[in-house]
Amino acid sequence: MTHAEDRYYVPHGSHWPIIGSVGLFLLMVGVSSWLNGSDTGFWVMMSGVAVVVFMLAGWFSTVIGESVSGRFNQQVDMSFRMGMFWFIFSEVMFFSVFFGALFYSRNMSIPWLGGDSNNFFTNLLLWGGYESTWPSNGPGNAGGDYEVMGPFGLPLVNTVILLTSSVTLTIAHHALQAGKRGLLKIFLAATFILGFTFVYLQAQEYIHAYHELNLKMTTGIYGSTFYMLTGFHGMHVTIGAFMLTVIWLRTMKGHFTAKHHFAFEAAAWYWHFVDVVWLALYVFVYWM
Amino acid sequence: MTSAVMDAHHSEAHHEPAKGIKRWLYATNHKDIGTMYLVLSLVMFLTGGVMALIIRSELFQPGLQFIAPNVFNQMTTMHALVMVFGAVMPAFVGLANWMIPLMIGAPDMALPRMNNWSFWILPFAFLMLVSTFFMPGGAPASGWTMYPPLVLQTGDAFPFLIFSVHLLGISSIMGAINIIVTIVNMRAPDMSLLKMPMFVWTWLITAYLLLAVMPVLAGAVTMLLTDQFFGTSFFLAAGGGDPVMYQHIFWFFGHPEVYILILPAFGVVSEIIPTFARKPLFGHDSMVYAASSIAFLSFIVWAHHMFTVGMPLTGQLFFMFSTMLIAVPTGVKIFNWVATMWRGAMTFETPMLFSLAILFLFTIGGFSGLMLAIVPADIQYHDSYFVVAHFHYVLVPGSVFAIMAAVYYWLPKWTGHMYNEKLGKVHFWLSTVFINVTFFPMHFLGLAGMPRRIPDYSTQFTDFNAIASVGAVGYGLSQLLFVYVVVQCVRGKGEKASSEVWDNPKGLEWTVPSPAPYHTFEVPPKISSSSTFS
Repeated sequence: MTHAEDRYYVPHGSHWPIIGSVGLFLLMVGVSSWLNGSDTGFWVMMSGVAVVVFMLAGWFSTVIGESVSGRFNQQVDMSFRMGMFWFIFSEVMFFSVFFGALFYSRNMSIPWLGGDSNNFFTNLLLWGGYESTWPSNGPGNAGGDYEVMGPFGLPLVNTVILLTSSVTLTIAHHALQAGKRGLLKIFLAATFILGFTFVYLQAQEYIHAYHELNLKMTTGIYGSTFYMLTGFHGMHVTIGAFMLTVIWLRTMKGHFTAKHHFAFEAAAWYWHFVDVVWLALYVFVYWM
Repeated sequence: MTSAVMDAHHSEAHHEPAKGIKRWLYATNHKDIGTMYLVLSLVMFLTGGVMALIIRSELFQPGLQFIAPNVFNQMTTMHALVMVFGAVMPAFVGLANWMIPLMIGAPDMALPRMNNWSFWILPFAFLMLVSTFFMPGGAPASGWTMYPPLVLQTGDAFPFLIFSVHLLGISSIMGAINIIVTIVNMRAPDMSLLKMPMFVWTWLITAYLLLAVMPVLAGAVTMLLTDQFFGTSFFLAAGGGDPVMYQHIFWFFGHPEVYILILPAFGVVSEIIPTFARKPLFGHDSMVYAASSIAFLSFIVWAHHMFTVGMPLTGQLFFMFSTMLIAVPTGVKIFNWVATMWRGAMTFETPMLFSLAILFLFTIGGFSGLMLAIVPADIQYHDSYFVVAHFHYVLVPGSVFAIMAAVYYWLPKWTGHMYNEKLGKVHFWLSTVFINVTFFPMHFLGLAGMPRRIPDYSTQFTDFNAIASVGAVGYGLSQLLFVYVVVQCVRGKGEKASSEVWDNPKGLEWTVPSPAPYHTFEVPPKISSSSTFS
């Protein structure tokens, strides 16, 4: 054991990355052709998804195998931690773009279209006296009349669900550190079940918005920012819930110790990240 | 620990490169991956160079000569995308891969498999991007900035453009994570942050910039995609959006991006000048603070790229002054390099020549940048050939020269052989003369009012355009000499290189044999005071 731990583990050759590259290539080419109207594009895209899923499963099981056989020393563990931290940082920057678009349109482009600042003639000549409000689908009434998605009802329920899932996840973490495996399994399961429930309810909200509120992606800048922000967030919740499910399956197999459970912590960081994004979403998209 | 695992570990310690194609496809060795990055970069540099020569051929005379206006626009767009994302960025990542573990005493990059993935995404991304030339509607022709609504007129190439940018972003983000983690977590125990070589420092800052802004580009192009295919209104005024918002988001990415292209170049120059001046780098710590300040300022200057689209006066003033502020830390760097050479025992090998040229020529680009920062002047210069002259002066005799200086500087360490010094110097002088012949007249063209991205021009611009085109052909052909010198060196034609290669250079990379063994620093080295400069 000491022998393996005194050196940084450097794997020698791996076929997973090149499989991942081919998978991503098929996925990207497929979705591009599909958007251009090619039906085969759809199947190329799905084959890309399959290859990427295969790669993820294979790559992670390789790493898990190495971890279980004790090849990773403290320094390798620290590399993984830093890697996850900076990955989440890049995700934060990704979401901040769409928040930026929301703030820009609310505070700048919509008021300008309404004649604010020095845009009197733009408003008068191009947009016929459009009065700026928020939410807005713009002076062209893009997508037709619609109703706003209020902050209460499903969004509030979803907020409670996500906040609760953060609590259950923390209880699971403390249980893991205290060696209480039974408690760990129950609360971890509760966490991802809450996560998938959130996704289900979000889908219900979309159906409600499309069919009853006439609130669609085409509903001007309000619909655009609403669906972009909540859509990418929902995608991340789905990914996070899958991560927690895999962690749960690993706990059922007896993985993780009270001290060594980086994968658990990485998934937990990710989960708290999507939680925080939701709080910002709830305040700025639904509430204010 | 079972004996099987120990045996496996034991055999790995004396591991030799795999045979054949698997060595490259399955590579996890930082030197192999660095080599692949550099080769890809050279191929893309020549590809983008051919596009540049097509542009210059068309502009040799007024009137339309060879290509249709739309094809001309495709050439300018693809030339920029290929050069920025295909030539310069991968070259610096390749240098980082090769040199950072050697410079900080690490056994490899921190996350070797992800390192492989970062690289192998790139050839596929460029396959997607370059294949758009053969699609209905041709390649993207909107300029590399992809401004809506113009970019939405792209033909079938449009989603391929968006998703190849996504692939490039995924690759850059993984590469940047790897570099940060390597630098922060893998340094030899005695190497404190301020003992790190400048190349490592500038890359640490660059990697942070990449992580902060590549996702922003991804978000921007995603909004283009949804505007085109899913009916959103982000950049559509009728729906309450704003095409100018795209420009703000793009340049929030774009300005840090140009420092991503130049900061590692500063790092390279900071390695080379001390070696050939035989003096420690003057003001090592102030160089670190200067690079950090440049990185910070890069986030608050973006709108100087869009002074003419209309913005409040306070906005113009803020972005003008914050932009001019960048001259301060950049000046610190230039003066520190000059001070490093002050009373040094100077020799002028090829890497040093390129570094000195950077000092002069990059500074010209910096000064024209200051001119462009001034709002009332910029309104005249905007979208003229003056802008083309400006950014080519910072990117070619800045970034590209630094890459070539770095290749000459470290090639003996990589191959174990010296390159042909005489031919290297010929390559330097040809490049330097022709680069000025190409780009210097563009200042005059721009000031006289010649617009960029137009395949035809008024007859009074003929002479300078002809000169620029001659220079471009000369510069392009000179690079074939570079390829020849590198290939000869890789084939082992030069004399054997010692482990130090140069005259008592500082840094851990010179303590390992030349060529560097396949695995280095599997046990962290002890750092003596003579092996670092600070």
